[in-house]
Amino acid sequence: MERILKSPNVTGWLLAAPLTLVLAAFLVLPIVMIVIVSFWTATDFSIVPAFSWENYAFLFGSEVTYRVFLNTFKYAAITWAVTLVLGFTVAYFLAFHVRSQTWQTALFLLCTIPFWTSNIIRMISWIPFLGRNGIANSTLISLGVIDEPLEWLLFSDFSVILAFVHLYTLFMVVPIFNTMMRIDRSLLEAASDAGASGFQTLWNVILPLTRPGIMIGSIFVITLVMGDFITVRFMSGSQAANVGRLISNDIALLQYPSASATAVVLLATVLLTIGILLRLVDIRKEL
Amino acid sequence: MRTGHDLELVHVTKRYGGSAVAVADVSHLFVGGSYVCLLGPSGCGKSSTLRMIAGHETVTEGSILLSGKDVTRLPPARRGTAMMFQSYALFPHLSVTDNVAFSLKMKGVEAAQRRAKAAEMLELVDMGRYADRLPAQLSGGQQQRVALARALITGPQVLLLDEPLSALDPFLRIRMRAELKRLQRELGISFIHVTHGQDEALALADEIVVMNNAKIEQAGPAREVFNAPRTEFVARFMGGHNVVALPQGRFALRCDEIRLDPAGQEAVVQAVEYQGAHVALTLRAAGDQELVALIPEATFFEQPKNPGESVHLAWDEGRMHRLQA
Repeated sequence: MERILKSPNVTGWLLAAPLTLVLAAFLVLPIVMIVIVSFWTATDFSIVPAFSWENYAFLFGSEVTYRVFLNTFKYAAITWAVTLVLGFTVAYFLAFHVRSQTWQTALFLLCTIPFWTSNIIRMISWIPFLGRNGIANSTLISLGVIDEPLEWLLFSDFSVILAFVHLYTLFMVVPIFNTMMRIDRSLLEAASDAGASGFQTLWNVILPLTRPGIMIGSIFVITLVMGDFITVRFMSGSQAANVGRLISNDIALLQYPSASATAVVLLATVLLTIGILLRLVDIRKEL
Repeated sequence: MRTGHDLELVHVTKRYGGSAVAVADVSHLFVGGSYVCLLGPSGCGKSSTLRMIAGHETVTEGSILLSGKDVTRLPPARRGTAMMFQSYALFPHLSVTDNVAFSLKMKGVEAAQRRAKAAEMLELVDMGRYADRLPAQLSGGQQQRVALARALITGPQVLLLDEPLSALDPFLRIRMRAELKRLQRELGISFIHVTHGQDEALALADEIVVMNNAKIEQAGPAREVFNAPRTEFVARFMGGHNVVALPQGRFALRCDEIRLDPAGQEAVVQAVEYQGAHVALTLRAAGDQELVALIPEATFFEQPKNPGESVHLAWDEGRMHRLQA
């Protein structure tokens, strides 16, 4: 018995066991159950265990599905692009322009202030700002920039993306900042020694070396946006749809099999997107 | 002896944050085409001096002239200098060729042309075979050669080397320093090499500039600095010297000038260290002065001594070199 316990093989398995069990119970098992339920059928008042492609046939047969998926991709792509530009700029400023470490820490904490309140509160606080008679419109009118309140500020794609950007930019800043801090400063001197201008250094040295951070941030933002349903509901005033809302509506109607099928397709889509991203950069090699 | 490509420091001062002085009013003429070593202990200002010449550090006061042109405020790439960094600073995401061709790419030279030029530089440092590798796939010595090729491709008049050999193991260090010397001779440009190793400076330099406390302590040909140290600091830092305090002043006496002679003055052996060609004896002589004598190995083992024994020492009075400070 003692000999078995001391064998390095057994020790290894034992050490890995707790995490394996946790992941199996709380990640693998639920996903397996969702996949199983996605093949069940449902009537208006009951759920019937079965093996039927009905849910998937309905999903892929409906034109709404494609529109909603397209809309989800649109939100993800625009949010990704905006958070990338913002996140890169903020991280660049923090990493290369703020010299003292005290200031770096202070400004970094400043970035996290929005996270001191909950998601919902952060979202809702935009409503009085962007509303028809909100601060933004009344300020613009009193400045004489516009004559009538802007209608597209709230309950529109604009407000949805604004909220996404607000919620998720920090997820882009942190990994990019991290990789930037690990760039050897003498590389920047070597670049300037070779006659590179500020922009050339940014493009030829800093950007390629920050790629792993950009990829990690992109994965965060894309998965968060594609899985979201509450932001879209609040900020679009229930006028826009994404896949998350499709699922949440099904659940509200107790249509679990249909919700599961949609969830499985969404999961596959997100995994595929990340797979493509990982193809572009070998994160393990570059970390 | 001035040439067309002299580098001159004129009353150069560097202060950090208003008060801390790294380089204090240093003036020096680096003759074009020579191999100069800036030598000194850490914190003496030698690296700051080099970085000011390179343009990576601003000059607080004074001017830097290269080939008769004031380059004090020019950006690094427009000075005619190139720097080789202590950690090599190779771009980890670029192949050896792209690293070497980097400055040409920045200038907008087209790909085929800059690749050809890079290949030529890589041949010069004997790295042609590794053109497609990434820096992480090279050994320290190979990375160093690439860094050298990258610095030389800009066609500098002065190559600045910041402790270039400190990251290498002793064996490789000796090989690389021969290589550096060969390159400098072949290219005929100035090399300014920062080091804290006196053996490295003696082996390489046409001229040694010893720095201490933000100032130049002594500058001159390697033999002169070694044989005629101006101050006690230089004598001790260059090594191989005893500093003897006599009523007339302080004198430097080379360790290998002391010999065992029954007619000489008495001293007690404190320690014996075998060093191969020589045996180093640490001795306590009259007046409680500590001396080190390097005795040729064969001579010593004719009559070996042990710690605690008495010996008699002698040297030529003419070899006592008077120190000015």
